[in-house]
Amino acid sequence: MIINILHLYPKNMNLYGDHGNMLALRRRLEWRGYEVNVIHHDPGDELPEDIDIIFGGGGQDSGQTVVEDDLKIITPKLRDFIEKGTPALVICGLYQLFGNKFVTYEGQEIEGAHILDISTTGGEVRLIGNVLIDTPEFGQVVGYENHSGLTYLGDGVKPLGTVITGDGNNGKDKTEGVRYKNCIGTYLHGPILPKNPKVTDFLISKAIENKTGKVETLKELDDTIELKAHEVSSKRPR
Amino acid sequence: MLRFSIFIGKLIQKISRLRGGGSALPGLVVERINPRFVQKVLSKLPQGVAVISGTNGKTTTTKIVAELLEKQGLRVFTNNTGSNFVRGVISAILENISIRGKFDYDIAVLELDEAHAVKFCQAAPINYALLLNVQRDQLDRFGEIDHTADLLQKVAAAADRDVILNREDPRVSKIEAKHPSYFGLSEELLAKFPSDDDLIEASEIKVSDKPAKVILDKLLGNHASYIIDGESCDTDLTLKGIYNAFNAAGALALCAAIGGDKFDRSSLADGLSSVESAFGRGEVLKINDSEVEILLVKNPSAFQLSIASFADDSYDFMIVINDNYADGRDVSWLWNVDFSPLSKVSMVSGVRAYDMALRLKYENIEIGEIEEDLEKAINDFTKGSKRPKRIFTTYTAMLAIRKIISGKSIL
Repeated sequence: MIINILHLYPKNMNLYGDHGNMLALRRRLEWRGYEVNVIHHDPGDELPEDIDIIFGGGGQDSGQTVVEDDLKIITPKLRDFIEKGTPALVICGLYQLFGNKFVTYEGQEIEGAHILDISTTGGEVRLIGNVLIDTPEFGQVVGYENHSGLTYLGDGVKPLGTVITGDGNNGKDKTEGVRYKNCIGTYLHGPILPKNPKVTDFLISKAIENKTGKVETLKELDDTIELKAHEVSSKRPR
Repeated sequence: MLRFSIFIGKLIQKISRLRGGGSALPGLVVERINPRFVQKVLSKLPQGVAVISGTNGKTTTTKIVAELLEKQGLRVFTNNTGSNFVRGVISAILENISIRGKFDYDIAVLELDEAHAVKFCQAAPINYALLLNVQRDQLDRFGEIDHTADLLQKVAAAADRDVILNREDPRVSKIEAKHPSYFGLSEELLAKFPSDDDLIEASEIKVSDKPAKVILDKLLGNHASYIIDGESCDTDLTLKGIYNAFNAAGALALCAAIGGDKFDRSSLADGLSSVESAFGRGEVLKINDSEVEILLVKNPSAFQLSIASFADDSYDFMIVINDNYADGRDVSWLWNVDFSPLSKVSMVSGVRAYDMALRLKYENIEIGEIEEDLEKAINDFTKGSKRPKRIFTTYTAMLAIRKIISGKSIL
């Protein structure tokens, strides 16, 4: 079986090792005997019909403005994918742009894709450091945040988890990230997937479920190194 | 006021030495009581002040510039203490100035990190700048890569004579200056040199249309050919790796700008043959009968270039990753490095040994052992085979390795 992974804007949104998330998805599929096909989507490209997993990362400000225009063009198709249950992971910059709007610190309003019911305002200081959160679906999740945007959740979505250490969405309400259908939005770099294999396997199992129409148990992998790295990260100072 | 500051500074230096303290305090106090101290001392230098900044290669490049200028007969003041903050410069001045204010140098060659270079330019006039590169380094300290480029633009604007820029680095080559000149690579070598944006995936190679004052034309083993102001100059290098040879091109351009017609170009290039690397920058040490080369890797581009230069199956490899403040707390950058040229890593250590091991696992690279205890890891690594060895290490891990090797206890 071939799993098609869409990587949104790999050239413009590739800060903080988010490339590692693609590698985590690829290897955990390959180690279980699946074939992986990665589709890079850059500004101006046509979006294919057959997509099983969507991934998008964060970028510096200059990367963000380049993708805004292209995102407007592909938004209707992306929204259809998310609504029909395609698993997706969007981080930092694309997490914000998947929301309703982003109001910069200077007051300029950028229209979002309205895929996730969240809104972001630019903050005065950067929220930086190691993060540990508690999630109902995946247990404790570790990562590293570095953002100045403050994100607030709307009524139609739930947070990914509750902050144990770190700032999370906005540094105030203790929420981190968002969950909607099979989409995960988060500020966590690290990258998030290699050290949180439960999250990776969630995306993979949903992709296979969508493809085969039935729920299958994934083949178990030896996660000794993953779990040790998770444990060490969760104890590092902010 | 100057003599008073010198007196106080030297006094504090003596006292803190007796107490076994660090080098920051005297600088801190003098900075407070006499904010114009640096300006007063350095503005008297006949050949002025040169600042070297950028993400990677500052320490080695500063060492190259200082040694090349000394070989041309200049008396060079440099901050080779490893403290590249303004206070560190003050402390270095205090050590080298007489109590009467006699400061016997022709020129100051200073290594400053990006943020402190800007602060320094506000405290003292600078004449020359050599800006090496803008790469992803410790983003948790400066925020973002574009911000770092803005800092270097400020440094360039402050220099009233030549500003030497790396034309192959897109963020550096677009920096504006009153008197810009460039150092670069031949098309052939450019292909071997990934830029920071190329680390994720190969993009097409862009040949710059800017004329370069110095070009690294060829590099075969330890033999380098440079073109300096149109003149072809060959030399052997003691320094290893393509990135050191390239930074030396920047150093040559700065020296040629400082010396003008007075420096013979081939004799300048010849000077490179005896310049050695600084500690942890390719130095070879003997541990437990093994020859071990220590390679400092602070960020993805440095790591990438180091692997491109030093991956060799006749060596055993060890990688040590720490995440202390000076290393950068965020270890995500390991995922921006392509480790595939390595077929096996015999030992992985450091505070973040398991993050490093995880990175290798997902690249399908064989891992020998994972040992978080650095002292034990080094012992095990150097005891096994007699094959030559290479250790890639982050900054604080390098300091810890130095302590272990010199027989003291670890951190």
